[in-house]
Amino acid sequence: MASAPPQIDRETQLRMYRIMVDCRTFEERAQELFFEGLVRGTTHLGIGQEAVAAGVAAAMRNDDYTFCTYRGHNHTLARGVPMAPIFAELFGRATGLMGGKGGSMHLTSVKHGAMGSYAIVGAHLPIALGAAWSAQYRKSGQVAVCFFGDGTTNIGAFHEALNMAAVWKAPVVFFCENNQYMEYTPIREVTAVEHPAADRAAAYGLDSILVDGNDVEVVHRVAKTAIDRARAGDGPSLIEAVTYRHGGHSRADPGKYRPDDEVAAWKARDPVPAYRQQLLAQGVGETELEAIDGDAREAVAAAEAEARPAPEPAADVLETQVWTDGGSAWRN
Amino acid sequence: MAELTYRAAVAAGIAQEMERDPNVVLIGEDVGAAGGVFKLTEGLLERFGPERVRDTPISEQAIVGAAMGAAMTGLRPVAELMFSDFFAVAWDMVANQIAKTRYMTDGQVSLPLVLRTANGAGLRFGAQHSQSIENWAMAIPGLKVVAPATPADVVGLMAAAIRDPDPVIFCEHKALFAVKGEVPDGEHVVPLGQAAVVREGSDATIVALAAMVPRAREAAERLAADHGISAEVIDLRCLVPLDAHTILASVSKTSRLFTVEENPRLCGWGAEIVSLVADEGFYSLDAPIVRITTPHIPLPSAAALEDLALPTVERIVETVRRRLDEAR
Repeated sequence: MASAPPQIDRETQLRMYRIMVDCRTFEERAQELFFEGLVRGTTHLGIGQEAVAAGVAAAMRNDDYTFCTYRGHNHTLARGVPMAPIFAELFGRATGLMGGKGGSMHLTSVKHGAMGSYAIVGAHLPIALGAAWSAQYRKSGQVAVCFFGDGTTNIGAFHEALNMAAVWKAPVVFFCENNQYMEYTPIREVTAVEHPAADRAAAYGLDSILVDGNDVEVVHRVAKTAIDRARAGDGPSLIEAVTYRHGGHSRADPGKYRPDDEVAAWKARDPVPAYRQQLLAQGVGETELEAIDGDAREAVAAAEAEARPAPEPAADVLETQVWTDGGSAWRN
Repeated sequence: MAELTYRAAVAAGIAQEMERDPNVVLIGEDVGAAGGVFKLTEGLLERFGPERVRDTPISEQAIVGAAMGAAMTGLRPVAELMFSDFFAVAWDMVANQIAKTRYMTDGQVSLPLVLRTANGAGLRFGAQHSQSIENWAMAIPGLKVVAPATPADVVGLMAAAIRDPDPVIFCEHKALFAVKGEVPDGEHVVPLGQAAVVREGSDATIVALAAMVPRAREAAERLAADHGISAEVIDLRCLVPLDAHTILASVSKTSRLFTVEENPRLCGWGAEIVSLVADEGFYSLDAPIVRITTPHIPLPSAAALEDLALPTVERIVETVRRRLDEAR
């Protein structure tokens, strides 16, 4: 008989709620600004998947590493990266997180442990493994957490990284956010097993771990167990969290290929209001949660106000930072 | 001075840097216990231990990706790709990730890593184990490209590549592994981006790389002995950074330029040098520039055909002689 899961302390609960509300408020505004023409290029929103970002981030040490995908706003925010430089990066401004050279799909803030958002599916699994190997070699006690989607489980780099991480006992947690659509195609239609990550864990000698990705406390507990295990030198984990993106794959996609009743059912399980209800039921005051909601709205508004008037990048940065000397010279 | 083979110089160069810096680590297929399929890393496992010399599965994406992740978090990894042709398997890691991440993050990330590989033809391995991939790498901003021709340069350029703060593709030429040469005693470092004038001359400049360097040198000797032509031979050593000054200075002296490239014809590195000299050295030239390359074909395996494909000493001699005769 399984014992009841340990209670998560109130501070952590409120922190996770704050992260989820920050992410939701930020991305909803980013979407509006996209339609206003202020955000250019493309965006891939994680609206509906905030419980994963918040639950895992709250289980990480400050010097741990996050590797995520082009759907990476939430994971970047969850590590404490300020909103204003993210907005500025989305707007193509000089004050952007990467000075306007990366864009929405490549948010990176090394000083926050946000080691990059990777836009070629699967690439960052081996890279996260490498960071974990480095931590292992340096005996730093750091853990790398690598987030990816269900679609990633069908590309070669996934399998190469899982195998090598297992053989090397690397301190890395591979975290599959199964939002059930690879891009426009349901993952089940193109995958040989029902659970694209969990059913493959055995191939690498790992436990099969399948959790509800819309329950932030479930996510937090499973992440903490895996991160502790990695830090203790017991090797990698592969976790599959089932969740749902409320919108389409990217800004150009209305997501019409999904049945209305499916979308409605998952929106009824929206992780943000669900956690709010859970906290209220546990005795957290409405006013306390309202204050968090209000803080998030103010933070997003202030970040937008800061980013909007920022100048566009100057021409003289175009050919900088190819090399560590700051330049891009290929000849003398 | 000690005489080393090009093969032994690879291990010596890596060992020199592993002794110097505990953050230098080596990974690749069969690099540890087996000492490398070409015995390029022999003895390193015994000397530096399994924490620093790690065998990997046949997983080129994981090898190169892991090197990147390690480099961005404090190590200086050296990763071996057994044959340079296998870069194609890991090209996302090389071209999209390693080459671009510093720029995309506006300098937040440095990637001090070396991707070493057995490059080039001459061993009758056929089209998928004989390519020269330095042109692939040269085409991608963010990669440095090195291809030594001598044992001394293997050691010296390896040191510079490992110490470099940016990603370096280090091409070790298979046809040169058995070649012997003097290597200076003590710490030996050859800065990246400095071509070597390996033979001075006044009538023509021949620019070559890796296995084409000894062929160009021998051709120059024959041109002098048999035809009274004084050819200057430049060993480029690096494609990125490129030593344009040395090429332009030589052409301003000789007025004629030949490139010798072990590459398919189209978009070979020689074409970039032709463009450079046409742009900045045009008024020094007395004759059209000539590229000596392989045909634009995959490499065949039969000895007779492979020999026909690669630029030979005879082809270099004949091409230079004929072109200079035309001008007389």
